Amino acid sequence: MATVRIPPVLRPKTGGQAEVEAAGGNVGEVLRTLTSEHPDTSEQLFGEDGELNRYVNVYLNDEDVRVLDGLETAVKDGDTVVILPAMAGGAS
Amino acid sequence: MASGVGIQTIEEIEPFEAAEEIAGGDVVLVDTREPHEYQEAHLENGKLVPPGLLGDEIAEAAPDKSARTILYCRSGNRSAIAAAQLEALGYENVASMAGGILAWQEQGLPVVAASGMTAEQRDRYSRHTLLPEVGVDGQIKLLNAKVLLLGAGGLGAPTALYLAAAGVGTIGLVDDDVVDASNLQRQVIHNTERIGMPKTTSARIFIEQLNPDVNVVEHNGRLDAGNILDVMADYDIVVDGADNFPTRYLLNDASVRLRKPVVSASILGFDGQISTFVPFEGPCYRCLYPTPPPAELAPSCSANGVLGVMAGTMGTLQANEVIKLVLGAGQPLIGRLLLYDALGTTFTELKVRRDPDCPICGENAPEIPESEMGQFPDYDLFCAGAGGDR
Repeated sequence: MATVRIPPVLRPKTGGQAEVEAAGGNVGEVLRTLTSEHPDTSEQLFGEDGELNRYVNVYLNDEDVRVLDGLETAVKDGDTVVILPAMAGGAS
Repeated sequence: MASGVGIQTIEEIEPFEAAEEIAGGDVVLVDTREPHEYQEAHLENGKLVPPGLLGDEIAEAAPDKSARTILYCRSGNRSAIAAAQLEALGYENVASMAGGILAWQEQGLPVVAASGMTAEQRDRYSRHTLLPEVGVDGQIKLLNAKVLLLGAGGLGAPTALYLAAAGVGTIGLVDDDVVDASNLQRQVIHNTERIGMPKTTSARIFIEQLNPDVNVVEHNGRLDAGNILDVMADYDIVVDGADNFPTRYLLNDASVRLRKPVVSASILGFDGQISTFVPFEGPCYRCLYPTPPPAELAPSCSANGVLGVMAGTMGTLQANEVIKLVLGAGQPLIGRLLLYDALGTTFTELKVRRDPDCPICGENAPEIPESEMGQFPDYDLFCAGAGGDR
């Protein structure tokens, strides 16, 4: 099982949880477990082509999966998957 | 200038000759360089009169026009020009030191170094100069540093406060907004009395009362493609406290073109992020965030809220980064993204890599010719198209 860290903007879609345990052998499987349990997160994470949206950064522990094997990056028990969108703060 | 007086006719003397005359007494010694040069090292008893202020200040530095007056600069050029100007003003016994302070030092003659701080400054910054990583040399670097703050709001406020306290000599503030009561929950450089005042002015007032060594430059407006290079030109380091994505992408592009480091943070709710982007040494903002998120993934503080103290936490971390860059001390957050969660009081560090395909700083990024330096892509359009970009 891996721990998925949910950014604040997505927490309303996970019932407010900041961390979700999810099973999967690689990052893609872990995120699919997440989206199957919390379907509202799917749109923000995945595009229509099933690929990760470019504006969402995903890290396995402290490394961006883009420099590893992307969604195929292998995940071990106890690993952390971090979902990270950019923030700009400020006034709308 | 009076006719017949030119650089060719002024008297030039060698450093060792100047040293002999000075030792004999009755010499007025004038340093015709800029303050930061003087602070680094100068001749003992040299009086600083920068070239641009010669007309205004020479009378005070050298009241007696018949006294022997010796001028020096870095290499002998500015002092020769100043000597000619003094002769035109009626000074009768003027000489310029050939080769300047460079030649003086080469000939083994002594200079007064770095104790160019006044007694008040030595006292004010004593807690800094005691630290081996800072010392007098480091404090002089801070006094000579020029830092531009993009935004005098949530992040800009605490950053400005602590950079001013640290003695950063020039702080530029870019903001087009005025102080609002709802700002005061976190923008502690402003106050209730200054509601309605431009933020840059409000910040300047606070800083001037905190530290008179700091020169605050107000840029009351927004940075855009038309002005960003000109504004940034005068500064060494930029602090990104912008409140929107297009400005962050524009700033990143400009900073890479100008090769200036950017300390970048953002806050929302109980979360903060910070990293330090040094062009070509580490990743740039575009390496980290190649595409901005769509609006629903990036709410503003005014819509979502932000814990006031978050601004202080991340803003002071920004000040810390700036100070480390100026001093060349410690390990700045280059290639590191620090995440802070205030609710758990936890810090997480993620690695950020340079993207070899980055359109801004990657190996194949287009080389911008001089003629196109000031032209930038339309980042408003770039950000508006986000979300559709898969």
